[in-house]
Amino acid sequence: MDFLNAFVALSNFVLIPGIAYGSQLALGALGVTLIYGILRFSNFAHGDTMAFGTMVVILFTWLFQSWGISAGPLPTALLALPIGIVATMALVLVTDKAVFKFYREQKAKPVVFVMVSLGVMFMMNGLVRFIIGPGDQRFGDGERFIIKAGTFKKMTGLDEGLAIKTSQGITVVTAIIVVALLFWFLNKTRTGKSMRAYSDNEDLALLSGINPERVVMITWLIVAALATIAGTLYGLDKSFKPFTYFQLLLPIFAAAIVGGLGSPLGAIAGGFVIAMSEVMITYAWKKVGGYILPESLEPEGLAQLLSTDYKFAVSFAILVVVLLFKPTGIFKGKAV
Amino acid sequence: MSEPFLIGDSMTGGYGKGPDILHDCTIAVNPGEIAVIVGPNGAGKSTAMKAVFGMLNVRSGAVRLGGEDITTLSPQERVIKGMGFVPQTSNIFTSMTVEENLEMGAFIRTDDFSDTMDQVYHLFPILKDKRHQAAGELSGGQRQQVAVGRALMTKPKVLMLDEPTAGVSPIVMDELFDRIIEVSRTGLPILMVEQNAKQALEIADKGYVLVQGANAYTGTGQELLADPEVRKSFLGG
Amino acid sequence: MSDTLKHTLLFAFVGLLLLLEGTTTAFGVFSGSWNSSLTILNMGLISAIMALGVNLQWGFAGLFNVGIMGFTALGGLAVVLTSMSPTPGAWEAGGQRILLALVLGAATIAAAIYTYRKLAAGLTRTVAMLAILIIGFVIYRAVLDPGVAAVESINPALEGNIGGLGLPVLLAWPLGGLLAAGVAWMIGKTALGLRSDYLAIATLGIAEIIIAVLKNEDWLSRGVKNVVGLPRPLPYEVDLQGDPAFVEKAASWGLDATTASTLYVKLGYSLMFTAVLLVLLWMAQMALKSPWGRMMRAIRDNEVAANAMGKHVTRRHLQIFILGSAICGVAGAMMTTLDSQLTPGTYNPLRFTFLIWVMVIVGGSGNNFGSVLGGLLVWFLWIKVEPMGVMLIELVTSGMSEDSGLRAHLLESAAHMRLFTMGLVLLLVLRFSPRGLIPEK
Repeated sequence: MDFLNAFVALSNFVLIPGIAYGSQLALGALGVTLIYGILRFSNFAHGDTMAFGTMVVILFTWLFQSWGISAGPLPTALLALPIGIVATMALVLVTDKAVFKFYREQKAKPVVFVMVSLGVMFMMNGLVRFIIGPGDQRFGDGERFIIKAGTFKKMTGLDEGLAIKTSQGITVVTAIIVVALLFWFLNKTRTGKSMRAYSDNEDLALLSGINPERVVMITWLIVAALATIAGTLYGLDKSFKPFTYFQLLLPIFAAAIVGGLGSPLGAIAGGFVIAMSEVMITYAWKKVGGYILPESLEPEGLAQLLSTDYKFAVSFAILVVVLLFKPTGIFKGKAV
Repeated sequence: MSEPFLIGDSMTGGYGKGPDILHDCTIAVNPGEIAVIVGPNGAGKSTAMKAVFGMLNVRSGAVRLGGEDITTLSPQERVIKGMGFVPQTSNIFTSMTVEENLEMGAFIRTDDFSDTMDQVYHLFPILKDKRHQAAGELSGGQRQQVAVGRALMTKPKVLMLDEPTAGVSPIVMDELFDRIIEVSRTGLPILMVEQNAKQALEIADKGYVLVQGANAYTGTGQELLADPEVRKSFLGG
Repeated sequence: MSDTLKHTLLFAFVGLLLLLEGTTTAFGVFSGSWNSSLTILNMGLISAIMALGVNLQWGFAGLFNVGIMGFTALGGLAVVLTSMSPTPGAWEAGGQRILLALVLGAATIAAAIYTYRKLAAGLTRTVAMLAILIIGFVIYRAVLDPGVAAVESINPALEGNIGGLGLPVLLAWPLGGLLAAGVAWMIGKTALGLRSDYLAIATLGIAEIIIAVLKNEDWLSRGVKNVVGLPRPLPYEVDLQGDPAFVEKAASWGLDATTASTLYVKLGYSLMFTAVLLVLLWMAQMALKSPWGRMMRAIRDNEVAANAMGKHVTRRHLQIFILGSAICGVAGAMMTTLDSQLTPGTYNPLRFTFLIWVMVIVGGSGNNFGSVLGGLLVWFLWIKVEPMGVMLIELVTSGMSEDSGLRAHLLESAAHMRLFTMGLVLLLVLRFSPRGLIPEK
């Protein structure tokens, strides 16, 4: 038995990828949950908003690279990120003015909003494919690793290597900064508090003189920033493909619902629950098992619960369980 | 007699394009006074108050505040004009702390409101102890105090309460009425709709008994309590 | 102009489009081929049936189903499982094991549900349920995996799947409906009665998972290797061409044998699909006018009031959700029959979910005739948006030089105009004509 090697293997293949993926989902789910809390509908266009923001970041990354601008060991995409955020902000504000505002004034049912968001989703999706194409894009540059597996082995003398990719490190650091900023904004500033008040009790917020259109606008701005950051981090960590971003909708919604729709804290918790479950259930445990189990019990096969092709099934199964047993989610969301 | 500070004068109207619920109904209140609207279920008590606050269409008649005609203003604009309104239900932000509720009450103010908050805490000491607790976790009576406190944060010129004692125990009700009297002593006119007619008329300077959307009896609280007709019909003898 | 006349004219317009497609190459849009016209008509008829199913859910009951693709794919799977002949040896090699594993899997879930119902809430119940599920899963995999491996190793280049029951292919249509209904029941049980958005998310998820299963479970559907050569309810073109009587008949109509045989088969499908569509349309109309249909719409318009009147809203919703999904399953089976192959890789939500929504909304939600019209019309547009998009781009870029990179990129991307256009059409109709071409009465 060799717990140390087992733990290193576990960290390398499960914990670190899971934490990075969880941070990306959490940022995505925060966007969904904010829209739900303030505008009161499930925004199906969120995955494609992420795709749009990431696309802009990629285009400017290429531009910067062609100019010879780089961020040293960090990916150039970080320099392009602010531009992507601003472009996405413009896009969602235009979308809101042109599309959603009308239904808000009509006081349309939430399901109508969802359907409208579906239309928006396809337009955005078409736009992204039109500009950058449907294919896979890799845009990470700079140092690929913070620690390489070989270096780690040499340093520690262990059999198992531990590799931390730069993208994973950046994901976690960025996520912490963004979440801290968001919570500071929501809990400490007047505008942030007015957003929470509006989400909590719309009528009373109106009576208190809170301007709903302003709250909605700020929500969109924050959501655009969150979506672009989440999309860029996911793209740096894995790769960018419009269809993949559409598919991210399912784990993101699962995360938001598991945590409780409308609850920012819940979105973060939900993101990690979904990501960890996904990684753990689709990971082949043979290696870790080989270190901690006695030889006679060592698994013969890969000891993989589900093939990675079914990772969406994991999000879905968790979603179903939550809907069945606790529709309001872990952190009592607004929805029933 | 001079014009009262706040008056809903001969109001006739209803919700949206629906039928009229109020018929030539008049409600008024003056500084230092507590005016109470009572009446049987469905008499249009809350509707009358909502008409004063601009939440339904007043087709004829007028609402005047300090002599100014505000009949056409929206509820939000009336808040800015100095009307504080405490709805009957969902009158607090349950997920926010007591202090944040008060801050949101003062949202339209751009000046420093810390002294107003101190006054509210002085009036409702229990809120000061619980100011960092989520308002949704408080008891029914405490929630109503938060709701009233929130409305006071704008430094309103008139305070309107829609059934503040709905669903609270008799002991809590007495305490709430004590608080309301205290608020009234600061000179703030209070207009209130009440289900518990007897107790409410006891603290009322002015009482309006509505029946089917129209004024049936009007007088001071004591007069109405003494009136045998009112006693027989509405106060259970 | 009376409504009936207007609606008849709308249908006549679709007919005219198909006629032009068959006869003229004018305007650069039409292809002037009856073959192409019939191809469009056949898929249009299938789309109309799907739209009818979705309209049942949305138009009658206000249920938002974003998983149409999944139910369609299940219909396709039903064709394989019904009509393919069983793979020789597969059943003995692993089929029985797989079946046993599936039964065990179902038993595990049933046992977990039983435990949940029987035990009081608390730690014991949670632990017991988890234990049952984990042990059940291990047993399930232990039984399943060797079976799957055995089946997939049988002649993997051509078969490698369990095959079907060898039954007539037309039987697959109702069976496809049943399969879709079964899955709809599970989804409905979970997500109905909660917020309306939840059904949308749940159906979106199940559709992705159904496709994932079809793509990855080679023993069942051969995955991305596709199942080809599915039996057909109509004769093969080659056989027709070899039939002297047919060739003679074709010649008497002035057609060569190849063209005549293709048209004969396509027309045959058109007639079959039209028959199914008419039956379903008649049933949907009857349902709409029945007390059941009126109650559905009453529930849709005011759920709270209906609930207060003692109508069991969630149960009614479940009924109509299952019915609508079953219709999509039937249509999916018909489509796979038409293609005579199951290609799990080609299912995408845009084409199989979203496009159907556009049809329902454009046609007029709540009106069965509207859905049929929407299905035929939007399908025609869907086919033609691409050449029109290319034409538009060529026009816009005609000023640019031949080797301009931007021009090449734009032309290459023209295909994605479809997504954009359909999204735009949906938003425009929702905004400016939310009742559609043939509004609900």
